[in-house]
Amino acid sequence: MSTAPTKTKPVEERRNVVILFAGDSGDGIQLTGSQFTDSSALFGNDVSTFPNFPAEIRAPQGTLAGVSGYQLHFGSVEIFTPGDQCDVLVVMNAAALKANLIKLKKGGAIIANTDGFDKKNLRLAGYIDEADPLTDGSLSEFTLHSVDVTKMTRAALEGLTLGMKEKDRCKNMFVLGFINWMYSRGMENSERFLHQKFAKKPDLLEANLRALKAGYHFGDTSETFTTRFEVKPAPMPKGSYRSITGNQGTALGLIAGAQKAKLDLFYGSYPITPASDILHELSRHKNFGVITFQAEDEIAAISSAIGASYGGAIGITASSGPGIALKTEAMGLAFMLEIPLVIVNVQRGGPSTGLPTKTEQADLWQAVFGRNGEAPIPVIAASTPIDCFDMAFEAVQIAIEHMTPVILLTDGYIANGAEPWRFPQSKDLPGISVPTVIAIGDEGAAKHSVADSHDASGKFLPYARDERGVRPWALPGQPGLQHRIGGIEKQDKTGNISYEPKNHELMVKLRAEKVARIADRFKPIRLDSGPPEGDAIIVGWGSTYGAIRTAALELQAEGHSVAHVHIRHLFPFNKGLGPLLKKYQQVLVPEMNSGQLRQMLRAEFLVDAQGLNKIQGLPFTSAEIKEAVLNLLKR
Amino acid sequence: MSAVNGTVAPEKIDFSSDQEVRWCPGCGDYSILKQVQTLLEQSGKKKEEVVFISGIGCSSRFPYYLDTYGLHGIHGRAPAIVSGLRSVRPDLSVWMITGDGDALSIGGNHIIHLLRRNVDVNVLLFNNEIYGLTKGQYSPTSPEGAVTRSTPMGSTDHPFNPLALVKGADGTFIARSMDRDPKHMREVLARADAHRGTSLVEIYQNCNVFNDGAFEVFTEKANKPANTLFVEQGKPLTFANGTKGICIKEMKPRIIDIGPDFSPNDCWIHDERDNFKASILVRLFDDPNHEGAFPRPFGVFYVNERATHEEKLQAQVKRAKEVKGLGDLDALLKGEHTWVIE
Repeated sequence: MSTAPTKTKPVEERRNVVILFAGDSGDGIQLTGSQFTDSSALFGNDVSTFPNFPAEIRAPQGTLAGVSGYQLHFGSVEIFTPGDQCDVLVVMNAAALKANLIKLKKGGAIIANTDGFDKKNLRLAGYIDEADPLTDGSLSEFTLHSVDVTKMTRAALEGLTLGMKEKDRCKNMFVLGFINWMYSRGMENSERFLHQKFAKKPDLLEANLRALKAGYHFGDTSETFTTRFEVKPAPMPKGSYRSITGNQGTALGLIAGAQKAKLDLFYGSYPITPASDILHELSRHKNFGVITFQAEDEIAAISSAIGASYGGAIGITASSGPGIALKTEAMGLAFMLEIPLVIVNVQRGGPSTGLPTKTEQADLWQAVFGRNGEAPIPVIAASTPIDCFDMAFEAVQIAIEHMTPVILLTDGYIANGAEPWRFPQSKDLPGISVPTVIAIGDEGAAKHSVADSHDASGKFLPYARDERGVRPWALPGQPGLQHRIGGIEKQDKTGNISYEPKNHELMVKLRAEKVARIADRFKPIRLDSGPPEGDAIIVGWGSTYGAIRTAALELQAEGHSVAHVHIRHLFPFNKGLGPLLKKYQQVLVPEMNSGQLRQMLRAEFLVDAQGLNKIQGLPFTSAEIKEAVLNLLKR
Repeated sequence: MSAVNGTVAPEKIDFSSDQEVRWCPGCGDYSILKQVQTLLEQSGKKKEEVVFISGIGCSSRFPYYLDTYGLHGIHGRAPAIVSGLRSVRPDLSVWMITGDGDALSIGGNHIIHLLRRNVDVNVLLFNNEIYGLTKGQYSPTSPEGAVTRSTPMGSTDHPFNPLALVKGADGTFIARSMDRDPKHMREVLARADAHRGTSLVEIYQNCNVFNDGAFEVFTEKANKPANTLFVEQGKPLTFANGTKGICIKEMKPRIIDIGPDFSPNDCWIHDERDNFKASILVRLFDDPNHEGAFPRPFGVFYVNERATHEEKLQAQVKRAKEVKGLGDLDALLKGEHTWVIE
């Protein structure tokens, strides 16, 4: 068949559309969603996605607990969030409808797989007396399209030797084909994907292709659907684009940093949701000198990374809250050793095991304060999937150039979410200078000299510092630089064990000063949008970026004097932040926690910051932020 | 190094650091330090290519006393630090210093994984059956009933048999020595150093402050012959000055009297490569005070040469570079599917 958009039905143009695909966690919803996202991005739309799935791999079928969702916002305009509410809700069963109907706009479209609304499914979803919402008129304020996806998929696959179970697994491709038709998409990308995925399984390839095409044809021929839609490409800056998730961005940023520093990358990690995809991604790139080590536990993961950094690679570890808690002691060691190390926390709902697959920003205090003794570690945060790349790169840069562990905070929302990325050229990325010490008789090998790293007698001083407070990175194997380091308090300069009271105070201060001076490298603080002074400023950090930006732009368009600043450097803060906040009457800090940044801002700058706090394992909608700002402006 | 064709003795290098050694006077650690220094001096290694990694405890101060590279880590985690270091630096000579508490209690998880992965490192496990640095609590190797500061009525915990644990984790070099027998220790350490893979040497080390004499039944002249068995490759297992031996009968070890009925030829001949015999050797762990107890074996019990962890890791990196070509950052950033906005 021709996969080019046909012209048999009228086409209406839309600026932006939010589709929510929902079904059982085994229905292949994530795949349908991510494939349509890819096609939309390739077509030139701006996109933002929000996969939302249960913690269980195959939760009980048909129940509310088992519902998996994938929300996609795509448009011919700039898109910052996956959308507050959806225009189209695609549901594979009754539970998916029940769990997600609240997210559908009044007048929005429902595409329901009728086979998922039999008595059993209705009962499991908790519809009283098994009343079928598809037929009882309760959905009258929406546009309902009932489609027997299962039946039509089976019909399309008739004659294939697959079992019924395998045939039914192709339902998601029927849906993808149909949505491709509905939004006037070509099928090339979906077909190419299937050819790659099932290259070695020709019968499954044939089945999936057939289901995909059947879905497309169904749209074309069915009388239920009278109109198709078109979302034109977005006016995005010129350049080459690809689609990227936050975890991919983090992995690529880490590799790019290591490459720019000309170092091998060692990644020590223990599987944990939602950080494991970083391990998966990195393990595919060994030809970049990347070594991935799946350690026996979280403590070994970070300790092995410390060992690798000691050996001269850039050691990296990642986890989520519970795993980060286990790494705490080793973070203190890395801080005390003053060696480069990157610790990524892909935050999830806490405390304890909490909400493994849901998002939260509640580990900020853990990152900034969570160690014994005074052990300040720089903390930076990514705000979007793309920003994960930039911040991961910066984490590597700070770690190496300042000889310190660095904590990078992302979260499940941006880690799994995807957006189009105008990827950089490697030549445009900054260089990273490694504070290698010049060994006596080894001058040729030096990359960067560290002043005064030897005493008058020529003895090496592992804890001599340069003007930024940074010590030299002497590596085993370098002749004449043998030295011992450890977690015990050390004498200034020599690094020898010292319990001398004044020396301890000096060392605590020197280490803190070194970290504080990292703020010297930050660019001047920049507003994301809004006036340089005014009635209110919204201060965000991390993944709330899209919702805050959308709300701020709307408020500004409506004439309100509201600015938005997004903090990437949480410790130390940008030096311009305090003075900036004082230029506004009100300060609002939206956070997916009970007010952790808010308290830090109040403590640091004595500003009367107000909180907007959502602790539901879900990101903010822009409407929630807008409403909070408007309420604040009334005060 | 100046050792060419064995005609010139290696240049003697002093491996001791300028730091004052701070163990208690009379501690068994001094003897181990001395033997390690001597071994390094005789080994022809360069100071800069040697790295000592340790955890926490009295023994773990060891790295400070050697003029090599050293990292004094955190409690129990030295195996993990070693694993990361070796992964990126297979060129170095790495030694790990640990104790019974560090390796078998807080670091128990890490030590078994180090062993199964077979990371190339020489592990010196100083076993003194007590927590010394925290001043005298029982350790995971303290015998049941041990009266210590934390067990005034005696320990209720069954102790680890460290080398049986090592064998269970598929250790590839398993040996035991003692602080009071420097010559034996030096020979065992040299063998450990020569082995590629995780070489684990358990060293009975006397803590003369908190657990004095814990091993004197094995180490002191009067008791040593009857209670110890020094195994040597290809030699029969005999002890008590050659008057007794061990044979295997019906799959079980038995003590026999060498004399009219049995000759040394009837004894079990030690073979370091024998996996099953090694499993029995590590199990000769009787309380020496019990009637008919087996003597405690010392020496190299088991050697198995399988590929090291870092060899396999580096081989994958090498293969990836051969197959995919050296990493091209621009190609990586570009990814597989791109589109252009004009």
